[in-house]
Amino acid sequence: MSSQTLTSVLFIAVVLVTVGITFWASRQTSGAADFYAGGRSFSGFQNGMAISGDYMSAASFLGISGAIALFGYDGFLYSIGFLVAWLVALLLVAELLRNSGRYTMADQLAYRMRQRPVRTAAATSTVVVSIFYLLAQMVGAGALVALLLGVTSESLKAITIVGVGLLMVFYVTVGGMKGTTWVQIVKAILLMGGTILITILVLAKFDFNISELLGAAAENTGKGEAFLQPGLKYGVTTTSKIDFLSLGIALVLGTAGLPHILIRFYTVPTARAARTSVLWAIGLIGAFYLMTLALGFGAAALLNTGPDSETAASGGNLASPLLAEAVGGGEGSTGGAILLALISAVAFATILAVVAGLTLTSASSVAHDLYATVFKKGTATERQEVKVARISAFVIGAIAIALAIPAQKLNIAFLVALAFAVAASANLPSLIYNLFWRRFNTRGATWAIYGGLISSVGLVFFSPVVSGKGVNPVTGASLSLFPADVDFSWFPLENPGIISIPLGFFFGWLGTVTSQEPEAEDRYTELEVRAFTGAGAEQAVHH
Amino acid sequence: MSPDVHDHAQRHDPVYDELHASKEFVELRSRYRRFAFPATIAFLAWYLLYVVMSNWAHDFMSTTIVGHVNVALVFGLLQFATTFAIAWLYARYMDRDVDPIARDLEARYREGVGR
Repeated sequence: MSSQTLTSVLFIAVVLVTVGITFWASRQTSGAADFYAGGRSFSGFQNGMAISGDYMSAASFLGISGAIALFGYDGFLYSIGFLVAWLVALLLVAELLRNSGRYTMADQLAYRMRQRPVRTAAATSTVVVSIFYLLAQMVGAGALVALLLGVTSESLKAITIVGVGLLMVFYVTVGGMKGTTWVQIVKAILLMGGTILITILVLAKFDFNISELLGAAAENTGKGEAFLQPGLKYGVTTTSKIDFLSLGIALVLGTAGLPHILIRFYTVPTARAARTSVLWAIGLIGAFYLMTLALGFGAAALLNTGPDSETAASGGNLASPLLAEAVGGGEGSTGGAILLALISAVAFATILAVVAGLTLTSASSVAHDLYATVFKKGTATERQEVKVARISAFVIGAIAIALAIPAQKLNIAFLVALAFAVAASANLPSLIYNLFWRRFNTRGATWAIYGGLISSVGLVFFSPVVSGKGVNPVTGASLSLFPADVDFSWFPLENPGIISIPLGFFFGWLGTVTSQEPEAEDRYTELEVRAFTGAGAEQAVHH
Repeated sequence: MSPDVHDHAQRHDPVYDELHASKEFVELRSRYRRFAFPATIAFLAWYLLYVVMSNWAHDFMSTTIVGHVNVALVFGLLQFATTFAIAWLYARYMDRDVDPIARDLEARYREGVGR
């Protein structure tokens, strides 16, 4: 059996297993708390697995190991920001949010502020962040499945995108948060299992001597010790160095403002369980990123990663799958075919779990924040609200498919970093102020969110990633979103965080001090007691 | 009263004010802050130092320690180690020094609202 047939069989197996889980979960989902928060009945360990499954996207699995394979040490810089970021979530956000919110990021703002303006603002930034992230994942899925199955046809890529879109809508509408969580748990097990296996096989080739692996990578790439030092990707000019600093800040502050991560804290019964889930997530994600070092440097040591190689042509995304094939016995061998298919299926499961989480997050926010509070002013029944959430999942899925298909031909690699920058600029300031600053109020919250959102998206719009970056010398394709002959860029950095994050905090402060809202300060007493002690916090649902 | 006021969520229960004023709550909050705030400043500074050194201290970061292992790699791995350590210390601290007070206050809340 060829590797492609085997890969197809495993893809179908992943689809069947996750669809089965979703049907099973749907029978345990009855009310809003089940649909939005999985009945708050997951254990800390289960939620830790699901958080890892939600967080470790194809961009980190294939992207980081690929970046290490191509750029050596600089690829590793990403994973450090992605991991350290969890301390912000653990120390400042997870437990307090679990106690003070219900279903969405907006809930804890609405606890003490004017509901309609803050819910509208928070829902807007939730949907924007989630759609950016979703688009990046779906376009990646189309390209990846085509690469892994060895097909280049444009229509097949489009069919893949539609298929992934339909599956994610199915998981969310039928399984709700329970179905989505179990899909993420299964994905986390597959991802960790697959990565451990390949890591051991790679290290075994070098007698478990890390130094020897690094030396082989430096030699095989022909770049020598520079491959193991910072600077190959980011260290070229002062602008690129500041850009990297800006990216680093956005990565470390963005995670705790990603709506699809925040709503995971509502799926456990207590704040203590929320803490335990982040501890597990840190352990799993940290172990995973350590293993991507072995995968990335292993690929650099064992594969051809030169400018004309298959790995380089895929932007590094094929480094892990091709490495799996190589350590399994090489092209044409049975072991190689099996491992290649296995890692491809893991990558596929990874994409499905992440897009499901993103769709659920946006649908929840549209139904719970916009429909129930802003439009129906609190008069909608629970049943109506959940129905609207399901319809929203369809609409968001349709929008994501409609945007992803034309976006395939565009260079949208910047979208994941942009999602982190928006999360850090728009969401984190309002979350932190709301939890720790009594004086904070409605105007401050809306100004922080809109200010951070507009400045981060606006700066990127006028940055080289949107226009004016020139063309790829090999393929002739534009390196920016727009065609190469259009250039309206004036902001020199590709990552806006270094400007937009302080702006988000500044607007939050400015809005607050220019308005008076005694009610918000009064209710802060209640919010604070509830956040720190869990008094009156939402309880788990018992069936 | 302006219509905006009605837009706020309902005030729940006066028992929150009593709890908020209690010396146990003040102690709970200050114990939490005593750990969380300095630890956050410390790990953010330590991380920024790493990013800045990767950018602007290329020669130092490229110093070989043993075999092909250089300072940059060890510094990166230390970021992992400190992340694990801070997470573990925080959980242990909260478990021992903060959770018991939170549990007592939560029990008083239940009594207060008559549940």
